[in-house]
Amino acid sequence: MTTAHVPLWEVFLRARNGLAHKHAGSLHAADAEMALQAARDVYTRRGEGVSIWVVPSAAIIASEPAEAGMLFEPTASKIYRHPTFYEVPDEVGHM
Amino acid sequence: MTHDPRFLFALRLADDALILGHRLSEWIGVAPQLEEELALANIALDLIGQARMLYAHAGEIEGKGRDEDALAYLRDVPDWQNVLLVEQPNGDFARTIVRQLIYSAFMAPLWRGLKASADPTIAAVAAKAEKEVAYHVRHAGEWLIRLGDGTDESHARAAEAVEELWPYGGELFEVDEAGRTLIAAGIAMDPESVRAEWNTTMDMVLAQATLARPADGWHQSGGRKGRHSEHLGHLLADMQFLQRAYPGATW
Repeated sequence: MTTAHVPLWEVFLRARNGLAHKHAGSLHAADAEMALQAARDVYTRRGEGVSIWVVPSAAIIASEPAEAGMLFEPTASKIYRHPTFYEVPDEVGHM
Repeated sequence: MTHDPRFLFALRLADDALILGHRLSEWIGVAPQLEEELALANIALDLIGQARMLYAHAGEIEGKGRDEDALAYLRDVPDWQNVLLVEQPNGDFARTIVRQLIYSAFMAPLWRGLKASADPTIAAVAAKAEKEVAYHVRHAGEWLIRLGDGTDESHARAAEAVEELWPYGGELFEVDEAGRTLIAAGIAMDPESVRAEWNTTMDMVLAQATLARPADGWHQSGGRKGRHSEHLGHLLADMQFLQRAYPGATW
């Protein structure tokens, strides 16, 4: 079977309620319903998820690798943005 | 040889599931696409899992020391009581999907009903199988809609598969004396009680797939009495090879 007219989809899974969906991989499927089924069959065989999103890969707008310097390097010198300068009281528990 | 009706009931459910599961497993390595290969393998594993529980139960009812392996690997053709539908070859993808839909659309309401079986093991298997088979209906249904309402070639293949396999559906609804005893005892379900839902599922999918529903009438029969098509022997030769060649082999 040719995949020339079978679009690519990105699959996102939520492992448990309360967590965010995470990218799990991609697959080919003819349409949204088939993509959802294929995602279930390919990526949740070992209980990896309780919710699936599928998104046409073509709908994803990605940053340019060539622009990585401009986009990401300026943050490197701003360590004060990390919440590491104060003690978290034990009572707060897991954050 | 006369068997306990409860043994036959569990055995028939198991034989249907295992033979169809084995057929689906034959797609592994040659499926039309990777995604579908995994989907078919998943369905195969659901069915083989159901068969294992049912064989174990049948073996206990029989009480002659036969376990799931003995029932799966050490019986010859006339001892198998699966419907002829499930032993039919995979053919092209359309045929595999139509075969799956005919069976799954029948089993989905049957398992749902069997959750109330007076046999607690059957009820437990039903609770697990119900969800699995509900997905099998969805998977096969969505595929058949796309094959039927797809290209000229996929439509023609789907139409041929429906035409060829339709006469095998009727055997699912057969009831013999053993079955009637268990229906009366609340252990089995009268297949007639799921016919309306089976019809609805098939009609809905066929209509969306722009495929004609063949006329009901004469149907293929014999599997429940151990009279099989030539295909089952070849399937068993493949499936049982290891235990036949190396009796008692484990790994």
